[in-house]
Amino acid sequence: MKNESDNNALYQRPQPRPTPTSEPFWAGLAAQQVRLQQCDDCAGWVYYPRSHCPHCLSPNLTWQDISGEGTLYSYTVAQQPTAPQFAGEEPQLIGVVELKEGVRLNTVMVNVSPEDLEVGMRVKPVFFQLADTTLLYFEPS
Amino acid sequence: MGLQGKAALVGVADYKNVRKYTGKRKFYLEQWAELTQMALADAGLSKDDIDGICCSSIPESDLFAPATVAEYLGLKVNFAEMVDLGGASSVSMIWRAAAAIELGICEAVVCAAPGIPIPSNPDRGPRDPNRFYGSTSANWGSPQTEFDVPYGNVAQNVGYALIAQRYADAYGYDERALAKIAADQRTNAQGNPKAVFHGQPITIDDVLQSKMVADPLHVLEIVMPCAGGSACIVVSERLARKCKHRPVYVTGCGEHLTTRSVTYAEDMTVSPVGPAAASAFGMAGKKPTDIDVLQAYDCYTITVLLTMEDAGFCAKGEGLSFVNEHSLTFDGTFPVNTHGGQLGAGQAAGMAGGMSQPVEGVRQIMGRADGRQVKDCNTALITGTGGIMSEQSVIILEGA
Repeated sequence: MKNESDNNALYQRPQPRPTPTSEPFWAGLAAQQVRLQQCDDCAGWVYYPRSHCPHCLSPNLTWQDISGEGTLYSYTVAQQPTAPQFAGEEPQLIGVVELKEGVRLNTVMVNVSPEDLEVGMRVKPVFFQLADTTLLYFEPS
Repeated sequence: MGLQGKAALVGVADYKNVRKYTGKRKFYLEQWAELTQMALADAGLSKDDIDGICCSSIPESDLFAPATVAEYLGLKVNFAEMVDLGGASSVSMIWRAAAAIELGICEAVVCAAPGIPIPSNPDRGPRDPNRFYGSTSANWGSPQTEFDVPYGNVAQNVGYALIAQRYADAYGYDERALAKIAADQRTNAQGNPKAVFHGQPITIDDVLQSKMVADPLHVLEIVMPCAGGSACIVVSERLARKCKHRPVYVTGCGEHLTTRSVTYAEDMTVSPVGPAAASAFGMAGKKPTDIDVLQAYDCYTITVLLTMEDAGFCAKGEGLSFVNEHSLTFDGTFPVNTHGGQLGAGQAAGMAGGMSQPVEGVRQIMGRADGRQVKDCNTALITGTGGIMSEQSVIILEGA
């Protein structure tokens, strides 16, 4: 049985656990660099990291450094924590960003007030350190 | 090709929805037995007629759910299916049952979706914090664990809010029209004594004044979880003639899904309802104006809006004015979710919320919807939606 202190640990912010396939992505963020896989066969961009290209199922994917610039595709301002692990962070500015390469990703918007968020606004990466991993947040550019 | 309309829904059963359940707790297996017995009695059939089951997951057995159910109920079946399509599971169970019957491998299939709390486990382990992520997976290796959960995009509210915000940017946003969906459905719930909000009508202003949960979604635009559960029985034409009520034939079906996380949907404002409904209409030889009642999966008001547009009841981007121009009540010009929907009647646990829509469609066509009966109701379109506009299933039902 878990005791109280274990219980507190369980309610900390969840961290991504890199897999053998995704490790280069997270290592890139730790070095302040956004990387995406690109398919050698169909040139399609791939996010999230995969073993095979979701456009053509080719296994030939190559990591490319990219600028990380894009636009805000959609967002929500969560007034209550989306899970107890996020308590104290409300309002959470949860966004979906579309990178210039066309792929979309989940993120958190920072350095912007909720009322200034706008679909289509141009955004750039912010490398956010959470314990021992770096998350990809965004801010207006 | 497709369904020939030779399998019919002939019996239904459901529990009263309850917000804070204090009654006797029952295992899903026990609810399966009870709901099946109730639905058989409703149809005028007996246990020995059943030779097929369609279930969703059951908490008593992570694997081999159909065998567990068949054994518990003492059934000998020629068709045993478990559907794992979230809120779309119930609608998908029904068309799979109809297809199996038309194939000739079985003649009577029970589809059930229990949702009453099970007895407390005396050996319960430590509390799992991942339960707060709703239907979002936090398992090792799941893309959601790695790329959704760390950013707080968990459970259902965030995803549907993202859809609504994108919709607002693309087509404009009339929050009163969205609130009207909740208010009209709540009016329908006043004719349903089994609804959690029976006796509690609301206005558009009530919805807009309710708490903002995830902008632009107010709490009254989001389903209320509850205890409940329901079941239905699908049979061959031969057996349908023996049953007590007007048979309700499954004449069209469709299913579509592309993504689990709506983040990766090709266009967040275009739901998988389109291809699923097009398949169902084509198979049934019907068009939207032939539909007497729409029972649309309604975890959120935005779900109903996208369903009406993408099924073709109105053009893309015109859903909000369509809602303003019509009354969605059972006696209105475009009846939707006449039992109150899940917004008005409650969303029973498990996969049971999504069974409420087909059960209500059957009751309407059988002419057994009491105080909320749609006049001359012969044809219904039923949708099931799983995840964040992810899994999508559509069936068309027609009275004999």
